[in-house]
Amino acid sequence: MIRILKQIFRTGIVTEPLPLDAKQEIEVVGLKMEEAIRKRFRRSITIRQVDAGSCNGCELEIHAINNPIYNCEKYGIHFTASPRFADMLLVTGPVTHNMEIALRRTYAATPSPKLVVAVGDCACNGGIFGESYASLGGIDKVIPVDARIPGCPPTPLQLMLGLTRLLESTEEQKSR
Amino acid sequence: MSILKDAITALLGEDVHFIEGYQYPAKVVFCSVPREKFVESARAMKKAYALLAAEWAADETSLGRGYGIFACYRWGSEYLIVKTEAPADDPAFPSLTKKFLPAYRFERQIQSLMGITPLDHPDTRPWIKFEDWPEDSWPLRKSFDASRPMPRVKGEYKWTRAEGEGVYEIPVGPVHAGIIEPGHFRFQAVGEDVLNLEERLGYVHKGIEKRFEALSWQEGFRLAGRVSGDTTVAHSLTFCMALESLAGYNPPERAHWIRALLLERERIANHLGDIGAICNDAAFAFMLYQMMRLKEMLLRTNHKLFGHRFIMDRVIPGGVAVDIGAEGKDEILSELARLSKDFERLVTIYEENPSLEDRVRNTGMLKPKRAREICAVGIVARASGLNLDCRIFNPFPPYDQYDRLELDVPVMISGDVHARTWVRVQEIRESIRIIRWILENMPDGAISVPFETPPPDKAGFAAVEGWRGEIIYWLQSGLAGEVNRCMVRDPSSVNWLGLERAIPGNIVPDFPLCNKSFNQSYSGHDL
Repeated sequence: MIRILKQIFRTGIVTEPLPLDAKQEIEVVGLKMEEAIRKRFRRSITIRQVDAGSCNGCELEIHAINNPIYNCEKYGIHFTASPRFADMLLVTGPVTHNMEIALRRTYAATPSPKLVVAVGDCACNGGIFGESYASLGGIDKVIPVDARIPGCPPTPLQLMLGLTRLLESTEEQKSR
Repeated sequence: MSILKDAITALLGEDVHFIEGYQYPAKVVFCSVPREKFVESARAMKKAYALLAAEWAADETSLGRGYGIFACYRWGSEYLIVKTEAPADDPAFPSLTKKFLPAYRFERQIQSLMGITPLDHPDTRPWIKFEDWPEDSWPLRKSFDASRPMPRVKGEYKWTRAEGEGVYEIPVGPVHAGIIEPGHFRFQAVGEDVLNLEERLGYVHKGIEKRFEALSWQEGFRLAGRVSGDTTVAHSLTFCMALESLAGYNPPERAHWIRALLLERERIANHLGDIGAICNDAAFAFMLYQMMRLKEMLLRTNHKLFGHRFIMDRVIPGGVAVDIGAEGKDEILSELARLSKDFERLVTIYEENPSLEDRVRNTGMLKPKRAREICAVGIVARASGLNLDCRIFNPFPPYDQYDRLELDVPVMISGDVHARTWVRVQEIRESIRIIRWILENMPDGAISVPFETPPPDKAGFAAVEGWRGEIIYWLQSGLAGEVNRCMVRDPSSVNWLGLERAIPGNIVPDFPLCNKSFNQSYSGHDL
């Protein structure tokens, strides 16, 4: 136990403010995000991640925004196990033929109003897998998409900025 | 001198025909047998204690032949590929499932995607192909138009059932609770004890093998890097090595060394994440966050030095796209020093935690006998007593310098969650040592050579030890030197069978823990 405590104190808090190049944007947008989350989502936004056919690259980066360095929970972003509790679906991968029905059902199980974010190049347009017998292409071929975060895979920073922008823009609009 | 070659000749005599000058590298023995002797050849391999590494089919109609069915066996440092042919009007071959267990899924896959029937196969349900695909959709056939979406038809998948008082069923997935890939698991349980686990995969089938045929060789390595995003270096490396064997050229020595460096960095990053996640599934979140912190450190160095956090697209046909200078070397060395110090502290905490030990010991046991039966590879095999590692048995430079590198491969025999964790711990230590050694001894020179188009109607083979285990690629060129077939065998294709065998007898709440300790790829399996 003493070792665990020692390691915890030695490590300290490693969560970083977002780095300099993104700082300016974050100063403007980040505050608005917290503001938006506070107002629109009662201080916390709950996300359900759905892999609709990804190669697992995007999943690793979504994991990374939960790590202590990025610590997305400090902005009120929380990942949930069930679509029933979700405000937002974070969908990755080209939609495969075999996942199409599961994705539609997950979408249907998410209560309205809801947001859908396509994460990664494949989710935006099918990426290198294109459209074929097995891959239907981008997420918008199957369910309506509110925002896109391109990248192969998008870095944790790009993910956080993408989410921030979306939340900020929905601030003024009415969600579906 | 080849034990496998001798073994197959001893049993089949005149019937086996060794083919030279078709498949490269030449050290991988390539032979053909008549269709009725296919099982006999498997028997010969079984007698020689070989393991089945892969089985696949290729549509060779455009090359003026029928369908080729291939079985790849491995014994020590030897690989032997047996080919048999089925005419286009009689697409069938004798099943090897009764000789080698992993053939069970390989053959279901051949039947589902290529439409060649394995005769006497005990289970004819489709695999990867879902029940709602049209019956005659065989995407790997040349006659199949892959560009159009498929219609859905009515169909039903027949699950294994268990009956009796108090037996109930738990279906899980495809959309799982965590941030992970989709797959379906079905448990039959009594109380908390699992009687049986049946996996059903194929949800992320993106048609990758077919897609390779639509791309050029130069584009192919990018697709290979996205077969399984967490193993991007190893997959693109295996593809490139198979392509280089096929086209008959060799990357410069320095390129090999940089490839090995990237491969080891990928191994450390993924193992760190896995150790953390295993502990997290045993409710020890402290370890997850500590390990994630170390992993993030590694990924950031990757981004800084190589321009990508997972080093995607940096291994290219003919070499590598990134070099490493003196600054990069210092950066990595100081990063490893910090990493190694913190990692050792965490390992001590792992070892000294009795409540963690209680969860990971004797949980999800895959006995050595079972591991051998399913011909397991990689960490799963090494945790269950099988001494397999391509870095030793099928090395590329610098791994071939045994006496200088002195690579230490950890092997455990208990086959439980702890063994799989501990193999990872020791591999991280070893990888850190290898990276330091590579940085000290790396030769100077060019890092790539120009690409050359492969000759027509030839084949190339490569096997590389990714962090999960042995990855195999088998490439075949068509008449114009284009891609005729690209076979991908991720370690997950065999190791998923291991999970099914390790679960019965455990309690339901231990499933996530066991699953995490295997951590097999869904995308690499479904293709």
